[in-house]
Amino acid sequence: MNTKVNIAGVELKNPVMTASGTFGSGEEYSEFVDLSKLGAVVTKGVANVPWSGNPTPRIAETYGGMINAIGLQNPGIEVFCKRDIPFLRQHDTRIIVNVCGHAEEEYLAVVERLAEEDIDMMEINISCPNVNANFLAFGQDPKKVEELTAKIKKAAKQPVIMKLTPNVTDITEIAKAAEAGGADAVSLINTLTGMKIDINRRTFAVANKTGGMSGPAVKPVAVRMVYQVAQAIKLPIIGMGGIATWEDAIEFILAGATAVSVGTANFYNPYATVEIAEGIEAYMKKNKVEDLRELIGAVR
Amino acid sequence: MKKKEQAVILSQEKIGSDVYSMWLKVTFAKECRPGQFISLYSKDGSRVLPRPISLCEIDREKGTLRLVYRTVGAGTNEFAKLTQGDTIEVMGPLGNGFPLEEAAGRKVFLMGGGIGIPPMLQTAKELQAEKQIIAGYRDELFLTEEMKANGTLYIATEDGSAGTTGNVLDAIRENALEADVIFACGPTPMLRAIKAYAQEKNIPCWISMEEKMACGIGACLACVCQSKEVDDHSHVHNKRICKDGPVFLASEVEL
Repeated sequence: MNTKVNIAGVELKNPVMTASGTFGSGEEYSEFVDLSKLGAVVTKGVANVPWSGNPTPRIAETYGGMINAIGLQNPGIEVFCKRDIPFLRQHDTRIIVNVCGHAEEEYLAVVERLAEEDIDMMEINISCPNVNANFLAFGQDPKKVEELTAKIKKAAKQPVIMKLTPNVTDITEIAKAAEAGGADAVSLINTLTGMKIDINRRTFAVANKTGGMSGPAVKPVAVRMVYQVAQAIKLPIIGMGGIATWEDAIEFILAGATAVSVGTANFYNPYATVEIAEGIEAYMKKNKVEDLRELIGAVR
Repeated sequence: MKKKEQAVILSQEKIGSDVYSMWLKVTFAKECRPGQFISLYSKDGSRVLPRPISLCEIDREKGTLRLVYRTVGAGTNEFAKLTQGDTIEVMGPLGNGFPLEEAAGRKVFLMGGGIGIPPMLQTAKELQAEKQIIAGYRDELFLTEEMKANGTLYIATEDGSAGTTGNVLDAIRENALEADVIFACGPTPMLRAIKAYAQEKNIPCWISMEEKMACGIGACLACVCQSKEVDDHSHVHNKRICKDGPVFLASEVEL
């Protein structure tokens, strides 16, 4: 039985990854799961310099999910390269570094700095809803996505995954732009911009006013978008958005995802990633699926 | 080592109009320290985030933990309905706890405000020191007998129904109390006032903070507070309440 999948020439032992921002760089979760059982660890976004993030409260629970506005707090690429990459390399898993920035030159600074590092892929966050309007515009404008993708591809030594926002009218346009710019893969969906108002304090539940909604409640939107993008482009897709169980993961794979990322579920089940990897295998055995790749995009 | 597991409810008792006391059987009680907390998870899938609740008592021999908590929303109301023999998903022990060695043998204030009072019980039980417990309530009292058994108790109530009328600092002034060290837990305005008091008296003060949490283990960076020093994790000025705290030296954090 084969559970391996291949993204841009990088082989993953199984299709289960972590969604950026929900798993740190794996250290905190390594007390609960063996990182070597995961296809890849996708790190929290890292910028060229340390970012302090947003004021608190940064999160709020919503029905079947949550909204967050962490604001990409991160230690910057130098600390990250010295501390987080060597930690992850001790484990037999692929390392995908999520890259964030406010402007083109900031992304490029991180991408160039990563060129000499021992990582497997990078994922470019052009879709965080919590930093500022200009920033999100990157991921919402097909022209800018194509330009930025091309520039990053030119600078990058490792395969590039562009992470797409669902906060657009037609996500396939953005996916096509990433493909035209030379991306090696796309990942979707980032969080859906949301808002919660605390009626007792009569103010916004998160200090940033709006936040990114995630968790099981967003899953049908994510599955639909993965399916649409799978019909529109040829690149491999990393699917995410509310995946909490192996059944969810299979659903995304059938819709067209080559790999899947587990995000919010880590917060209430730190074992979720490994349980999902094991559940996928059990499903394959039960249904006599010899090769996981038979399932990718099998529902059309 | 942190664990996530099914805990069994040994007892549940209502000890105030919206305050409950619950004893849980867990496998990790031996590793728990006063001032630490555990995360409780709802059985209802619509509520995905854990509720962090501080440890009120730890019985390491029996392997049990006591939580005293206030019902403030759907999650805690769900927990309040659990009865003996029911199970609940928990994760712990989480956070750092109070540094008992900093107060041992000294004259100490253990200050709790509202639902910040419960963690002071186990702290008082384990601390070998001259313990002055200052408990501030809105109106209804709880845990007073247990506190009296573990130190000298001073009470403040906002409505004046018991002890000093006002807050914990009013109780200190009214009784002309003094201390060499402070451990405190309660709402932010109270902690802010205690920090200012400690600064004025030039005594070390440790405070237990709270914030909305998601992971509970230091990964998601939701529950940060501003710190004076650059933090080890992100190299900014944000300490993680769930992992670096919840107990901080008051002079090290911005309130």
